[in-house]
Amino acid sequence: MRDGQAMSRETLINILLAAALLALPFVAIAMEEPFYITLATRMAILALAAVGLNIALGLGGLISFGHAAFFGIGGYVAGIFASHAFNMEPMFSAPFEFSGSDQMPVIWLAAMLVSVFVAIPIGAISLRTSGVYFIMITLAFAQMIYYFAISWPAYGGEDGLSIITRNGFPGVNTANPLSFFLLCYGVLAVALLMFWLIQNSRFGAALQAGRQNEQRLAAVGIAPFRIRLVAFAISAAITGLAGALFADLNRFVSPSMLSWHMSGELIVLIILGGTARLFGPVAGAVLFVLFEFALGGITEHWQFFLGLILLGVVLFARGGLIGLVAGKARHG
Amino acid sequence: MSTALLIEQILNGLQFGVMLFLMAAGLTLIFGVMGLINLAHGSLYMIGAFACAAVAAATGSFWLGLVASLAAAAAAGALVELVVIRRLYDRDHLDQVLATFALILIFSEGTRWLFGSFPLYLDIPSALSGAVQLPGGGRYPLYRLTIIGVGIAVAVGLYLLISKTRLGMRIRAGESDREMIAALGVDIRTLYTVVFALGAALAGLAGALVGALQSVQVGMGEPVLILAFVVIVIGGIGSIKGALVGAILVGLVDTLGRFLLPKLFAAFMGPAQGATAGAAIASMLIYIVMALILAFRPKGLFAANA
Amino acid sequence: MADTVLSIRDLKKTFGALKATDGVSIDLRPGEIHALIGPNGAGKTTLIHQISGSIKPDSGSVHFLGEDVSRLGVAARARRGLGRSFQISSLAPEFSALRNVMLAVQSRQGSSFRFFGPVMADKSLTEPAMAMLERTGLAARAQVPAAALSHGERRQLEIAIALALGSKAFLFDEPMAGMGPEGSKALTAFLDTLRHEAPILLVEHDMDAVFALADRISVLVYGRIIASGTVDEIRNDPEVRRAYLGEAS
Repeated sequence: MRDGQAMSRETLINILLAAALLALPFVAIAMEEPFYITLATRMAILALAAVGLNIALGLGGLISFGHAAFFGIGGYVAGIFASHAFNMEPMFSAPFEFSGSDQMPVIWLAAMLVSVFVAIPIGAISLRTSGVYFIMITLAFAQMIYYFAISWPAYGGEDGLSIITRNGFPGVNTANPLSFFLLCYGVLAVALLMFWLIQNSRFGAALQAGRQNEQRLAAVGIAPFRIRLVAFAISAAITGLAGALFADLNRFVSPSMLSWHMSGELIVLIILGGTARLFGPVAGAVLFVLFEFALGGITEHWQFFLGLILLGVVLFARGGLIGLVAGKARHG
Repeated sequence: MSTALLIEQILNGLQFGVMLFLMAAGLTLIFGVMGLINLAHGSLYMIGAFACAAVAAATGSFWLGLVASLAAAAAAGALVELVVIRRLYDRDHLDQVLATFALILIFSEGTRWLFGSFPLYLDIPSALSGAVQLPGGGRYPLYRLTIIGVGIAVAVGLYLLISKTRLGMRIRAGESDREMIAALGVDIRTLYTVVFALGAALAGLAGALVGALQSVQVGMGEPVLILAFVVIVIGGIGSIKGALVGAILVGLVDTLGRFLLPKLFAAFMGPAQGATAGAAIASMLIYIVMALILAFRPKGLFAANA
Repeated sequence: MADTVLSIRDLKKTFGALKATDGVSIDLRPGEIHALIGPNGAGKTTLIHQISGSIKPDSGSVHFLGEDVSRLGVAARARRGLGRSFQISSLAPEFSALRNVMLAVQSRQGSSFRFFGPVMADKSLTEPAMAMLERTGLAARAQVPAAALSHGERRQLEIAIALALGSKAFLFDEPMAGMGPEGSKALTAFLDTLRHEAPILLVEHDMDAVFALADRISVLVYGRIIASGTVDEIRNDPEVRRAYLGEAS
């Protein structure tokens, strides 16, 4: 049962993926195609968002169709903080005056905190249900936030919000595309390490057992609800962080980051790569951005073909890319 | 605020609710019988609207368009069921979500390919273009009243179909015990195709009817789909009665919320700020209602298999 | 109440028109095996579900170690030491036998919110879990995923998990079901020693095992206890013979 061969092959793929993503911007510079740096950054950020979702979906079996909510919230935190800092007008004045920030560490922390703050009530209600209900309810809550963003004019409403200059990071020139990529890549690496640690930890054991058999988890005295709520919150925090980076990449945030298409795409990233695999989201994000770029260059109707490919993966290649190359997942 | 205006808003809410019911009935039926979550239901709504608009434009008859919308949506539903959906019944919900998400991409982009990005327009048929005098002095468009009537007729028809006919008996059997009805010799594959096509036809009908009120464009089905999800979550997945109650509730709450909340907030926040805050809260109102209902009844108001 | 570990009083549960549990009272005393027998459909598993907390009774109470646990959920009752096995094995299928037991060890240590530290390298988890697998004769199968274990092995694994929980009482729902004669004999011998660790409420159809093991027997028919007593009393009870044993043997 312990397929050492497949195991080492998966590790090899992971290393190759990590190396290829890291190499891409340097190749871009060598080819004088700076746009490819943006593509690589996009891959890293989408992978990060999907690593977050993978904690809930891959490890916990919680099919959240509303993670765009956290992605968008992260984006709006970045946008709102930056716009207040840029215009030097206070966001709030009690209990202390706060005029936003254009520093990424502050923004990242806030993006994660706000995501957790929103994820806890959403999770607390959604996790009382399961199956299809959970899918639909998470979708509905995300939609609620989407409509709120559209109808609340203070931060651009339907038009979105521009970030005039990319937010800064101490000691890094974030305006330089390569530096910004490396920053995102570093965050992704930390998130992957976190995922790996959680996957193998006691918490991860309980979370995964709950996915396999909820009844069993409760029968050994671990209440599934609390484990899942915490997992949902951690998952939201990481996806929120990715949203903040995404806003800085585009220097723009709009309700489309909150849309249900985004939620669907995040799930697609995980499935394309391979569910519950450490590097599944990375493989999925690389593939997705490549599809988007390659197909988009051929036809404006690339989403039609993306749909066909996705349908093919779901119907015929359920392990995703890593599953295809590395064989069946090993659990032990 | 006049009584006439309030009555008009209530009728608008009913009309919206009835339209949501047409969507939600198919979704909940498909889930109840086949255990399938179908995100592409909104695409069938869109197909109905496009078929109606295209045929009405070509022939000059809204009624032929309406027939075409039913036929096209039912045919698309049956085709999709035969080619894709039936491979998904034994799969988990994640696979169903992804495969039907893929179908949305295919349908939306395919429609854009065929019809272009510009919206089509569908005129209200001349026989229904007038308005009706309301008690209280207002007037209300006949066409919208007709939609309410159609919705009620469909609700009654579905009730009769499910409780009185052989097909309905099989559907009910399919909801409670799949193996049993296979054992009774009912061709379950055909039954599934029929149920799926029926749900699709209802979605197509909704799309065509609403197409004459709004513009017909790619992506029009998606907001409606998500509201239909809210409806069946509130009503209890698998319950037609729940879908009806949920749809009317969502239709009324949403419409009246958008109408009343800005006025209410304006009363104590000042007109400009109040209207903004009221509109923002109103846009979230049905989700708040959904959350409240679920907090007390996690399986919805009329849970099918409690 | 001092010398009852588990005390069930007047439990009632109806599903529609069906009275699944109709005023059931049962005691479980230290060191005993209390067998619960009855024909199919008598409501034995429904009763076990109510004791373990996965079904809420309409009325009645469950006291465990002197505490009223009637309002607690499954996990809370399990943490207090109510260990159960399922009629149809219920395990984490992708996890190895060892990891299934480790989950119980981790729960007993009250430490499921640790996010770091790989469990497989944690001797405070692996060693007690391995010890339980050895006690139940599964040590050689420790690395096999639960889904790949044989039917009998899964039963043993469920018992190993209940042991690892440090259970103060065991609820075993047909542990012998589907086991060959060899397996049944071995398990009977094992349960015989286990009673000294914690008392057992045993639902079982294998009458040889029940008569060999039970200190007391309660007979459940149509949701009601029609007789309760020692093995001999039950053997000779005319109502039991008519309602149950007459049909079964």
